[in-house]
Amino acid sequence: MSLRLQTERSPRWWLFTTDHRTIGIAYLLLSLAAVAVGTVLSIFMRIHLIAPDLKLPFWGVVPPEGYLALVTMHGTMMVFFVLTTGPVNGFASLVLPAQIGARRMALPLVNAISLWLTVVSFGVLLAAFLVRGGAPISGWTNYPPLSAIAAAGPGQATGMDLWLVSIGIFCLASVFGAINLLTTIVSKRCQGMTLMRMPLTVWAWLVTAVLILFAFSILLAAVVLLLSDRHLATSFFVPPGEVIDGLLVAPHANGSPMLWLHLFWFFGHPEVYIAILPAMGLTSSLLANFTRRPVLGYPFMVATTLAIGFFGLLVWGHHMFVSGMNPYAGTAFAFTTMAIAVPSSASVLGWLLMLLSGRESRVHPLPTPMLFTLGFLSFFIAGGLTGPILAQPVLDAYLHNTYFVVAHFHLIMAMAGMFSLFAGVYYWFPLMTGRLMNERLGKWHFWLSLVGAYATFLPMHFAGLAGQPRHYAQLTGSTSNLSSLLPLQTGITHSALFLATAQLLFLVNLIWSARRGRLAETNPWRATTMEWALDASECSVVRGPYDYRFDANLPDFILQCADEAEQE
Amino acid sequence: MRADRVWWMPPNGALHGVAIDRLMWWNLVALSSLFVLAHIFLFAAMMRRKKSTSPDTSSSWKRELLPLAGLTLLYAWMAVSAQRLWATIRYQGAAPNALQVEVTGMQFQWYFRYPGNDAVLGATRPELINAPAGNPLGLDRTDPHSADDIISSVLLLPAGREVDLRIRSIDVIHGFFIPGMRLKQNAVPGMEMHIHFTPSVVGDYPILCSQVCGSGHARMQSHLRVVSESEYQAWLASHEPHLTSGATR
Repeated sequence: MSLRLQTERSPRWWLFTTDHRTIGIAYLLLSLAAVAVGTVLSIFMRIHLIAPDLKLPFWGVVPPEGYLALVTMHGTMMVFFVLTTGPVNGFASLVLPAQIGARRMALPLVNAISLWLTVVSFGVLLAAFLVRGGAPISGWTNYPPLSAIAAAGPGQATGMDLWLVSIGIFCLASVFGAINLLTTIVSKRCQGMTLMRMPLTVWAWLVTAVLILFAFSILLAAVVLLLSDRHLATSFFVPPGEVIDGLLVAPHANGSPMLWLHLFWFFGHPEVYIAILPAMGLTSSLLANFTRRPVLGYPFMVATTLAIGFFGLLVWGHHMFVSGMNPYAGTAFAFTTMAIAVPSSASVLGWLLMLLSGRESRVHPLPTPMLFTLGFLSFFIAGGLTGPILAQPVLDAYLHNTYFVVAHFHLIMAMAGMFSLFAGVYYWFPLMTGRLMNERLGKWHFWLSLVGAYATFLPMHFAGLAGQPRHYAQLTGSTSNLSSLLPLQTGITHSALFLATAQLLFLVNLIWSARRGRLAETNPWRATTMEWALDASECSVVRGPYDYRFDANLPDFILQCADEAEQE
Repeated sequence: MRADRVWWMPPNGALHGVAIDRLMWWNLVALSSLFVLAHIFLFAAMMRRKKSTSPDTSSSWKRELLPLAGLTLLYAWMAVSAQRLWATIRYQGAAPNALQVEVTGMQFQWYFRYPGNDAVLGATRPELINAPAGNPLGLDRTDPHSADDIISSVLLLPAGREVDLRIRSIDVIHGFFIPGMRLKQNAVPGMEMHIHFTPSVVGDYPILCSQVCGSGHARMQSHLRVVSESEYQAWLASHEPHLTSGATR
């Protein structure tokens, strides 16, 4: 059905299509919109921090609560609509069925519903800017009672309600999406596609889908409970005796904000792995492709993916060391967190070793997707290594909620995640448009982004060590030490502007290449995984996913679905 | 503050801070070295070797087991050493003779309450909170213990004496953060958090709010002034409420 309609491309078709590739592209376009808005918000924040009196376009002079609204919406957009939507739903919809030799998703309609729910969720979130009081100001974690009582601040009335509704819808969409991914991977693999022959991206999506089922169901419950506290006078999160602005809040029974923290972070930490596991799978695949070498220790890489997924569910308390959680619990979470560093390090060592062993055989010069993969690796190391520091409660008690943490998660989640997203877009662009992206622009985009990202986020470590807390709209006040950080923050703002400007190259490249880019041959990267096969739906797989060989006498790669005869 | 320390941790003024700073230093050194090493390796691996004619010595993933074991040991050392320090600082409450001070966070101020001569804090009730009338904490004046309570907007402590802070909040979650004391604890409404430490170096230390608490979050700042014991006693005496004469204990 989709093929016939594809030629017409009526608006109706776009709205009702269940074609997984189209849905994948739609997801990625949504991510693109969200990342554009989120970046503009972050630039507004950065400018406000060093020039609080400057009039910003669309916004005017930003009041302190405006700054917090920017922070909240920036975080929400980036975490949910970029780092979750892009690598999980976007890329998986685009290539997952083909990678396992399926013609379509197991539940195409559910996939489409999930997409449109995500779009609605995004719209509801954006609407929060337009209502009275503006967007919520309590950060993307929205700790109650600040988020539970409308009087606690501007934006905490209708704006907060919209945030909760938006995220509730997003949870539903994610759970639907995960059910579809899981069902597809379990039931739609073609003949011969055993579990241990699945590409590592598929393994990553499998683990991610399981994590989503756990994490987003809990978040959905938490969001519903908080809405109920706000409007139905329940007391899940609100303790008695709340006095806001000198007025006693209508009596609440014995609720505890700690419950929200536990529920939120039980979602929030697996969420980090939901965002980064697909990137890790893609990194293994691309390193294999561009070094023309099999993935080193494929079962080992599968094991690290599973281990990260498993431990990812057990570490949420490391966000709560100083929150009032029992210090003994802090110890337990410190050990599980330290444990997750082991499989993460194993992945990194594996990738480094792949690079080393592929020194002779690798593609030269390095194409853009490979550059972004190396960028991912660099950020993953840079951001990952501050993880063990923050995993130690006694050190985290100093660094918690300072710029050190901001630097940590922007490197390992935001920059690593974005660079992997870029790698994926440059790599899979031919599947979306039939054309290759411009290499020259791509390389400029990479190098400028790499420099800009390090210049933006490395200095933040020092602001954090100096004790500057997050969410500070200004660097003034009765204490003297904050204003001394102004030169540092000014430098960071300039770097951030540079980094954001460099992304225009990507936009230009996208638009130009979609229309005029070099036409791609069937398998432009000479890859082994089946999304590059002409038609993989009738195939039977007889080999692993990374059959790259370095041998002058043979073709250096064999498509996973190629016949045995063909390789002889 | 010394100029060379501006972009680094502010000078430590707490007894337990010495060990924390040492641990932080070792961690930063170890992990920055790993960062540099990994990147040297990354660049070296990117150096293109001339194609050799010799048969390629295939690499095995088992080669990563040794460095992985090394890293695992490093992480284990970090976890254990940090855990021992954490246990020392947080597992046990303050000594019985520690100074008692109550910290109350509210949008967007910190209040500090000293129990006065009777060493007992008076009762507070939320419905009595009335800042314009001079009762920001809702002190119950009918409670005899409350008569000699001292309420201050700066935290003044004598050097060398352990203090037991009971941290609470009347509205939303705040973060009680004294960078110079290497101390951070959230103030959670409905709960009372205890944290204890010994300030050791006389000086003025900023107190910040480290948990976003509303539009005035960034200006929710106060001061800890660590003074000598005699100065502290003089301050207490000068701040003793005048109404205390009636309250006998």
